Order: sequence, then C-alpha cells, then structure tokens
Amino acid sequence: MLSIDPSKKNSFQRFISDGDLVIVYERHDNMKAVKVKKGSELQNRFGVFKHSDWIGKPFGSKVLSSKGGFVYILAPTPELWTLVLSHRTQILYIADISFVISYLEIVPGCVVLESGTGSGSLTTSLARAVAPSGHVHTFDFHEQRAGLARDDFERNGLSNLVTVAVRDIQGEGFPDEFQGIIDSVFLDLPQPWLAIPSAARMLKQDGVICSFSPCIEQVQRSCEALRSNFTDVRTFEVLLRTYEIQEGRIQSSDGDESYRRITHTRRKRQCISSEDNGENTDKATSIPTVMARPCQEARGHTGYLTFARLNCQ
Amino acid sequence: MGVQEGGDRQLESESKDNRALIDNNSAQNLSSEDIDAMRRDGATGDEIVEALIANSSTYENKTVFSQEKYKRRKQKKYAPKVLLRRPFTRSICEAYFKKYPNRIGFLRIDTLSLLLSFANISAYSDVLLVDMVGGLLTGAVAERLGGTGYVCNTYFGGTSHSLDIARIFNFSSEFDSRIVQASYSHLCSAESLDEEGSKMHEIDHPAGIQSIIGRESSTKCVPSTGSTQIQEAQSLRNDNSSLDEELGNTKENLSSGQEGLHENNATITYKAVNPGKQASPDAIKMWKEKGFNSLIVAAPELEVDSIVQKLIPLLSYSAPFAIYHQFLQPLATCMHKLQSSKMAIGLQISEPWLREYQVLPSRTHPQMQMSGFGGYILSGTRICNNSENCNGNQ
Repeated sequence: MLSIDPSKKNSFQRFISDGDLVIVYERHDNMKAVKVKKGSELQNRFGVFKHSDWIGKPFGSKVLSSKGGFVYILAPTPELWTLVLSHRTQILYIADISFVISYLEIVPGCVVLESGTGSGSLTTSLARAVAPSGHVHTFDFHEQRAGLARDDFERNGLSNLVTVAVRDIQGEGFPDEFQGIIDSVFLDLPQPWLAIPSAARMLKQDGVICSFSPCIEQVQRSCEALRSNFTDVRTFEVLLRTYEIQEGRIQSSDGDESYRRITHTRRKRQCISSEDNGENTDKATSIPTVMARPCQEARGHTGYLTFARLNCQ
Repeated sequence: MGVQEGGDRQLESESKDNRALIDNNSAQNLSSEDIDAMRRDGATGDEIVEALIANSSTYENKTVFSQEKYKRRKQKKYAPKVLLRRPFTRSICEAYFKKYPNRIGFLRIDTLSLLLSFANISAYSDVLLVDMVGGLLTGAVAERLGGTGYVCNTYFGGTSHSLDIARIFNFSSEFDSRIVQASYSHLCSAESLDEEGSKMHEIDHPAGIQSIIGRESSTKCVPSTGSTQIQEAQSLRNDNSSLDEELGNTKENLSSGQEGLHENNATITYKAVNPGKQASPDAIKMWKEKGFNSLIVAAPELEVDSIVQKLIPLLSYSAPFAIYHQFLQPLATCMHKLQSSKMAIGLQISEPWLREYQVLPSRTHPQMQMSGFGGYILSGTRICNNSENCNGNQ
C-alpha cells in the first residue's frame, strides 16, 4: 500500500500483478478489496471479471466483464481501505483520522503507540504518516481481533511499520521498553483514564496524547486524569457533511416570464451526460445549471477527541 | 487551584448563586494606580492577582466556578504564560486561522488535515500542488513527505505564488530541497498532448477561443525551450462573465488561464523565481512519463474548474486529488464536469465541521465561540476510462 522502498518510488504507476491487493470500484458507495489471483474470477451484477484480464494493466484502469459491464481497479490507499475493510469493531473514519494525525503532529520517523487496534482503520493511516522510518506499536486485549488486524497489515504490506501485540493496556499500562521514547499516543479505550498515567511515562518531552471517546462522561474523567501530567488539554468534535449535485435547467414556463422553474434531469450520480436535457425543454429559453445540496444522510456523532501535551518536567 | 476539591465544596457552590451580586464596578478596592504601583515595586503577576482577590468585596460570595473563572481571567491579564513551541502544521495553521484567516484562504486545520488525507500524502510521493494560501499547504505537505518525494508547486502564467508561510516551518535543507516549482507550461509540452484534454477544452469554451499567442488551441502549452527562462502561458478569454467577480486577486499579477481581464500579449520571459528552486528538467521529464501521485489545489479565489481540467491529466491513473475552495458553487460545477468527462471517480464534495468543548467538572459544554466556516473540499481519484488503452500516462 505504501512505498517504503526508495527504489520503488512512484510505485503507484506500477501495473497490477498477480498477488496484489486491489480495490474494485463498482460505484461510489460500492467497493471491495480483492486479492488478484490468476485464474480467479470476480462476479457481480455487472458480470464476470477474470483476474487475469487485470494483470499487466495499470492501476486506475477500467476493466470489462464478459457481458460488457465494467468496474475500475484502484490502488489501495488508507482512505479506500477504511471504506472497504471488514468491521470487527466500530471504526474511525476519515474526518477523525485526518484530524488526529495532524493534531498529534505525526511525521515520518515518529514512534507511535495505539490502543486498541480494533479493525485497524486508524492504524493504517498512522503507518502512512510515520513511514518510512517510524513505527506504530498497536495493542488490543482481544487476541482474535489482534490476529485479524495483523493479517490485514501483512496483506497490505505494512508489517515493517506496524507491530501488533495482545495486551490489556487499561490493566497493565504500556510496556516499559517504550518509556520516554514515544512521540504520540492514541487511546480508543472504554476507560482511558486508567491508561493515561502509563501513557505519560512513555511520552518524550513535549509528546502529544489523544483520547477518543464516544461519551462525554468518559471525556470528563479523562480530562481530570490528564490535568496531572499534561497541559493544553483540548477537546473537539469533527464531522464531515457531504453534498450531492444535480444537473438541471432553469426554464421559463409557457412564455410567462414571471416565474422560472428548475427541472431536474432525473439521473443517477454516475452517469450524467451533458447532452441530456429532458423532452419538453425549449433549449432557447432554458439555462443549464448545476445545483448542490447537502446529502440527506449525515453522521451526527462519532466521538470526542481530547488532545493534550506532556508537561515540561 | 483548578480542580474541584471535594464533595463539600460542590454542595457549597450549588447553594450559592449570583442573585445578590450587583454590577456597579465598585467591587474591586484596588485602583489601577494601586496596581501600577505594585508593578513598579516589582510584584509578580501572581502576587497582583492574589491582591486583587483579597481586595474584592464580592469574591467570597461567588460560586467556586465563578471564583475560578475570575482568577483565570486576572491571571491571563497580569500573569500571562507564554509557551514556546516548535512550529508544526497544526500550530501554524491555527495561528493564521485565528489572526489572518484571509491570508490562508480560510483554510482551517481540520480542512487542511483532510486535504492531506484525501490526497494520500505520504513519504516518497510526488505531489502536484497549486498553493495560493501563502505556502501553508506546501509546508504541510513537505512535513508529511519527511524529506522524501517532491512537492511541485505549479502556477499558470509567469509568476509563482508566494510561499512565505512555508519558511516558518524551519525546514532542514533536506526538506527544503524537496520543494520545487514549475510553471504549468513547463510541466507539459506539445508532444505529450492529451487528446482528452483538447476535447475537454472544446466543451468548455464552445463560443470560440481567443488565444493570444499562436493559433493553437489554448490547452496546449507553449513548448518548453529548455532554457531556464519561463515563457508566459497563453491567457484565454472565458465566456463566463461571472468569473470576473470571483477573480479579485489581480495584485499578484497572476495570469491564470481564466483571468480574461489580464491580457498580457507579450511573451514575457522571467528569470527563475524565488522562493523554492525550479524543478530540474529530469524531474519534469519523469513526471511527464509517470505522472504525479497526487494533486492538491488550494486556490480559494480562482475558478477551479479549468485549473482542474488542466492538472488532472498530469496525474497517474488511480492517483487521488483534493480541491479546496471557499465557495461551494465552483466545486459543484467542477464535479459535474469531471463526472461528464469521466476523468475521475469517487467524487465527493465535503464540508468539514469542527467544534471545541470546554470540559470542566459540572461545566462541560461546547465552547461559545465556534468557527462557522472552513471551506469545502472536492475529492476524487483519476482513472483511465478507455478500457482498450490505458498504457502510458495520457
């Protein structure tokens, strides 16, 4: 997923090979991760796709099925991965992920601790942020989930950047070997205040911690715990509102100029053609227009993000 | 004295309220002259705050919360603490957003973070940027590259954009060397003309193109002469007159492809512009062959549609892009055109929302002040729509 080898620089331009993990894009809300295997096939409502047809094509290609349907084959990125990964737990999405990485000041070379690993959504982005010389140590107390996450990172080529360990951070704290060498800590735990003292010992001077909690009561207890060793405690909420667009034509009605109606060209998002203009529209008196409005479905809450910086000693 | 001390105090504070407190400016017995005298005598800020509390007739009658708030306010005024921090994207962006948001095009930190994620900025990436937010974006991208890959800042016309804010990051020379510039005309050449690009051009400007230099279609770039001097790209007149209102920014002498008001007829040659060195011919050649890994455009005052049409063909296939704009409508138009041309998939317009909270015992609530606006982002991924031939970048 990431090019960590300088000789493979600009590797996104490389071609699809047997054994690659790719993202098959059917529609904007319908994507899946597929491991390319010669001889295998992908079946969906657009037809049957042979993997061997993909091999040798560049990522980003349009590929055809037996009956002429098509999909796109994309190179995996942490963003696409977040949208296709299998949810073993509730995951973090791009709005929270991107804000966390900025606010934790994670740059290449950083060493980062994370608990819990969950489904590895954030972990994948953390790996990208620390590459090529940093490392992410992630901990989960659930052995099976830790194993599944480890498999995912392996499949995505991230094993050199991410180490998964099974450990109950709330009960035992972080391992002593990390004391004083950690740049950033991220906690997504039910009782993060139990892990905060240990996190404080792990962090370098000026290190930053972030705790993600869905409930405000958790946030309150975390902030109290943070005030002993940390400064600059700040809590945020981040959300994304998405917009949809629609093509239409503004037309006068029956020659009467007193009001103008907007007719919507009735079509789905993906297949807009700029020529279509509806049957009864008089081209001479109608103006093509593109209108935007927020999507009806919106996420109202994911969790609160609390950041703090280790106090100077 | 920030934290609630125990159950008793909590009960005490719950029974107090402010019904008897009258605001007639007579509560404080120390005058401003008294305070100045204390200052001259060398009293510390904390001592002044203590004195103010001791001389306040209403202090004891306040609730605990109110007392804390009072003390914090006085401390802020008389005993401010200043912390020196390393410059990082987060602090630089927040500082500018607070004080000079228009210099960074109202790019808020959560929006900036999203741009970096949507565009998959990572080590070893070759990133194409249009940075008209003072260099903040350039700095943020360079920070994520960690001294690897390249940030190529491009511009239309002869003058590059100011990248002063990138200097605040205090990058090492290794990081600095990854930040380069190349004008759009330099980045493409007549040989590798994209057929898609010229077809697109016809759809955009059906009413006839006014090319100032030469008779060729205006999406073609002037062939690079190979010298270090940059030739000005042709400006073209766009029919859409609403653009004229949006383009207020004539100060920087930008002659982008859309600025029909600014018709420089002459072919002006410039010396290499600072800051940031010009991209080497080798690098430009490599980018022409392989394409860039990602594109971010932050041109909050320009009409993005044409810029995006020109720059997306410079990306490799499957490369993600993120376009930032202050206004929604230009992005809607841009998205629509991209959908029609089938140059990109996964298109999404997002509006980031950010709210900060005050978290204190019994006093937890969102902060009273909130940023109402941090811009919009159009994101997507470039694809090859031709199922027959996707080889080569164009």
